[in-house]
Amino acid sequence: MAEIKNYTLNFGPQHPSAHGVLRLVLELDGEVVERAEPHIGLLHRGTEKLFEQKTYLQNVPYFDRFDYVSMMANEHAYALAVEKLMGVEAPERAQYIRVMFAELTRILNHCMWLGAVALDIGAMTVFLYCFREREDIFDFYEEVSGARMHAAYFRPGGVSKDLPDGLLEKIKAFTDTFPGYVDEYETLLTENRIWKQRNVDIAIVDEETALAWGFSGPMIRSSGVAWDLRKTQPYDVYDKMEFDIPVGATGDCYDRYLVRVEEMRQSNEIIRQCIEWLLENPGDIKSRDGRLSSPDRADMKGDMETLIHHFKYFSEGYHVPAGEIYTAVEHPKGEFGVYLVSDGSNKPYRMKVRAAGFAHLEALDYMCRGHMIADVVAILGTQDIVFGEVDR
Amino acid sequence: MNDIKEEQQDLPEVVGLKKQFGDGILEVSKSLDCTVVMVRCDRIVEACHYLKDQQGYEQLMDLCGVDMSEYPSFVKEDGRYQVVYNLLSIQHNKRLRLKVQVDARQLVNSVVEVWPTANWFEREAFEMYGVIFNHHPDLRRLLTDYGFEGYPMRKDFPVEGRVEMFFDDEQWRCVYRPNAVENRVLIPKTWPGADRG
Repeated sequence: MAEIKNYTLNFGPQHPSAHGVLRLVLELDGEVVERAEPHIGLLHRGTEKLFEQKTYLQNVPYFDRFDYVSMMANEHAYALAVEKLMGVEAPERAQYIRVMFAELTRILNHCMWLGAVALDIGAMTVFLYCFREREDIFDFYEEVSGARMHAAYFRPGGVSKDLPDGLLEKIKAFTDTFPGYVDEYETLLTENRIWKQRNVDIAIVDEETALAWGFSGPMIRSSGVAWDLRKTQPYDVYDKMEFDIPVGATGDCYDRYLVRVEEMRQSNEIIRQCIEWLLENPGDIKSRDGRLSSPDRADMKGDMETLIHHFKYFSEGYHVPAGEIYTAVEHPKGEFGVYLVSDGSNKPYRMKVRAAGFAHLEALDYMCRGHMIADVVAILGTQDIVFGEVDR
Repeated sequence: MNDIKEEQQDLPEVVGLKKQFGDGILEVSKSLDCTVVMVRCDRIVEACHYLKDQQGYEQLMDLCGVDMSEYPSFVKEDGRYQVVYNLLSIQHNKRLRLKVQVDARQLVNSVVEVWPTANWFEREAFEMYGVIFNHHPDLRRLLTDYGFEGYPMRKDFPVEGRVEMFFDDEQWRCVYRPNAVENRVLIPKTWPGADRG
């Protein structure tokens, strides 16, 4: 009888369901995965090194490019870190705008995730449905910042510009129809026989393992840990919002799907509450602290000091007091943390970005062992990996 | 100021750490977000075990290296590199930061046995700063190119790098050559109140 040996399979880095540039070395026993070794870094751009050469304001757009599917959520962590180090709090209206856009971003991210995962597993239609809603949210991004994706909208001290007229009405119309769209996704998937066969009981992660592997966000919630930074360590105005945290029961791929779908509905509710408040409360959108905000263009025309302020703000930038801080936000993918060390100058001394996907991808080996090769794609998808943040 | 001091002394994990490790705990201070504990390099794994098993810090959220060599208050005797551990306790809803300071020759014991997630984080700190983690199961480069030389996040590593890659038509493959790019500093680093001439 012929001797059967394990063999190694190279998956990616250009495989469409590798969600970007993942090279995965799989050791297979027949069709069963014995070991999965991710090779990452193909999208490494050395952003953390670049941070140290740029002023605090110049660093904002780099954050869009970490997790390039949830741009504003990344900026949120950075804005909060700098604000805390400087002892400045953003005005309330700015905080509401940030929460609203952070939640729109969550929907954006989960739509992308759902579409891509469904496509990986073989359902084409969901992808088209999800991208229809994504397009609406990109339009909101564009109206508010001028860019469809890389917005650079959340700045330390608030947001860069106030909402244009009529935008809130448009977002409100979106929130009215969106729950119906989520129902559409669910009709296609939740009770779908193939979807369930591919997801139920795949890659079960229990609570203890999830904690040890540093899971966060939907990944840890689906393992049964009721932990959400928006509730437990609220930032901005999340403490004034009413929403529920979905928690999974078994911790398999199907639970992670259900948790994320429910999160979309909850985000929709948060957006509605923000719109209600924002419609009635005009006000500042940027801190009045001169260090963090540029002066009005009209004032610059008649006042020399203001002109100097404007010039200095955009050239030299502001100085952040020496100190260190770790700030984390509930990013759509999990805990997105910024560890910022300042030496008191106008550039960060060291800035480390803690990406949720980095820890999740690390656990891929644990999650894949003993599963079939086709499940690797489902597991990878369910982790919601984006290489912009894993490789940094 | 005194209030803060007293408050941090009362934190059970800090009291416990001091009792357990004595002079293994070098310094306790309060940062803007949480308490920071400086641990002596040889006690870090035990301290982590203690914090995880008895103080409820289930998660290691982040581990990173910092090159302190250009920090204003840096003294060479302290050791050039810091390894920073950001811990999170879900049951107590608290965060804690541990730090170890070493020079390039000192080994830091790996905490992979405490939290398996430390594996990649330590690999990253190793490849970026050259901090060596003792007893690490698989200490290889992680993010940089296969065969990359140097420790890119060190302060003395140039931001534009040392080599560049291009495709050589004659050899029909990718080759490296010394970097021709020059570093441009458009906005110099400044401190408030400094005389900039």
